Amino acid sequence: MSRIIMGIESSCDETGVGLVRLHDDGTVELLADEVASSVEQHARFGGVVPEVASRAHLEAMVPTTTRAFEKAGLALSDVDAIAVTAGPGLAGALLVGVSAAKAYATALDVPLYGVNHLAGHIAVDTLQHGPLPAPCLALLVSGGHTQLLRVDDIASSITELGSTVDDAAGEAYDKVARVLGLPYPGGPPIDKAAKNGDPAAIAFPRGMTGPRDAKNDFSFSGLKTAVARWVEGASRRGEEIPVDDVAASFQEAVADVLTMKAVRAAEEQGIGTIVISGGVAANSRLSGLAAERCAAAGIELRVPRPRLCTDNGAMIAALGAHVVAAKRPTAALDFSANPALPVNVVSL
Amino acid sequence: MLVLAIDTSTPAVTAGVVEVDGEAVETRGERVTVDPRAHGELITPHALAAAEAAGVALKDLDAIVAGVGPGPFTGLRAGMATAAALGHALGLPVYPVCSLDALAADVTSAEPFLVCTDARRREVYWAAYDGAGNRTDGPHVQRPADLEADVKVAAGDGAVLYAEALGVQPIEPRFPSPAGLVKAARSALLAKAEPAPLTPLYLRRPDAAEPAAPKRVTAR
Ligand SMILES: [Zn+2]
Repeated sequence: MSRIIMGIESSCDETGVGLVRLHDDGTVELLADEVASSVEQHARFGGVVPEVASRAHLEAMVPTTTRAFEKAGLALSDVDAIAVTAGPGLAGALLVGVSAAKAYATALDVPLYGVNHLAGHIAVDTLQHGPLPAPCLALLVSGGHTQLLRVDDIASSITELGSTVDDAAGEAYDKVARVLGLPYPGGPPIDKAAKNGDPAAIAFPRGMTGPRDAKNDFSFSGLKTAVARWVEGASRRGEEIPVDDVAASFQEAVADVLTMKAVRAAEEQGIGTIVISGGVAANSRLSGLAAERCAAAGIELRVPRPRLCTDNGAMIAALGAHVVAAKRPTAALDFSANPALPVNVVSL
Repeated sequence: MLVLAIDTSTPAVTAGVVEVDGEAVETRGERVTVDPRAHGELITPHALAAAEAAGVALKDLDAIVAGVGPGPFTGLRAGMATAAALGHALGLPVYPVCSLDALAADVTSAEPFLVCTDARRREVYWAAYDGAGNRTDGPHVQRPADLEADVKVAAGDGAVLYAEALGVQPIEPRFPSPAGLVKAARSALLAKAEPAPLTPLYLRRPDAAEPAAPKRVTAR
């Protein structure tokens, strides 16, 4: 008998409620994916303000849940299990989703699972492309995370190969956008400007690619500073800033390092599939270059559609479904959200 | 009428099942733990345990009353998110009450009094009440020394913490009780009124500064 899994996400600035159907054969079908975003309230601050995000989560939680059930044509009583993001993320933001999830699970008398946000970004791909081959390699890139992961079992076994030592890739986009006078969040406007620019116009540094650097780690802080330095130099000389060229060259440096490291790690570990997810996965140059390099290396590339890549409740519901299918233990009602939940803990 | 009361606006994690019969308000089961770091962990287990102690199932409840603060933000939201989701899932109305009013409802003083709770950052959330227990001023958030109120007694943990600066004699209670929460909502409950929106009383704006121009990375 198929089961309905509800997913609740509140780790950053999106309140997400997703509903999926877990079929007996283990496949997972998306039924609803409702998101309320507070991104506009953060724009003037140039980054997510935790207290603003937490307030928005509390306001949005029940209305977003109501919309998800309306979209799916289901009643709350149809739910068989609830999964909620237990971490990593902003403490105050996580607490709202976790508190609501505990209450929903208690009132509906269904099992509760506290699951890992990062694993959710990978699990979401199964909603679009079907079951994940094991092992596969995942590259997670967003405003909050930049990680290279080996996935042996989406429900229970994920290993971090590397991560950023400073800024997340998406953070670098936001900061470079500010330097170029482009709006927040920086990903879409830089991607758009880059389409009219020359990616080879300026040779920006490729962080952490030296012979002594950790192979699977990333660094974007030096790149961000290099862009700022270049722009300041040009304006000091009284030159007009070629925004399109700077954007294209910056974006090329980011995509080059991310895809080079992902493909190299997959080849070294003999892994035939790469999944790229997270908000930055929607970036056209990243997915384009990844497609080129994966094809050349004979690696299958899976990138969920942009709506699934950004933070949402469907990814948590999808992960919850895999965790339920794998008969993993449920969470105790007094569990704590963990802002620093390590990626190897797929569910509590 | 069986009411579940929830409040996480103070260091106490408070849940209780209270029976309302006209003027009579009787606590049937309650669970209260004073631990400012455990609101998110304990409030749902406490609600369940309170119902069990009262010998009722959650589906037997008629309404929920939730303290909406003022209170330190993170803890306050744990209880409010819990109350909102329980109300949604159980199909129950959720009545908001000012948490200071819930404390006031348990005060037995016949003279005017204050309710002060700890707002952290060396401030108190406070409101003033007359001898009949009606709120006459507040809620506000302020430094205790700046508060000018002509009363001799004050309830709440803020009154205990800052008795000297406030110039008051602390009186009971220190934290809101399930019965106090329900008493503060009694008229709305008995009228079966449409609940007011479940909006937190933050009283403070979020700490957030708009960024200045990007920092220079090169020397002039
Ligand atoms: Zn994310």
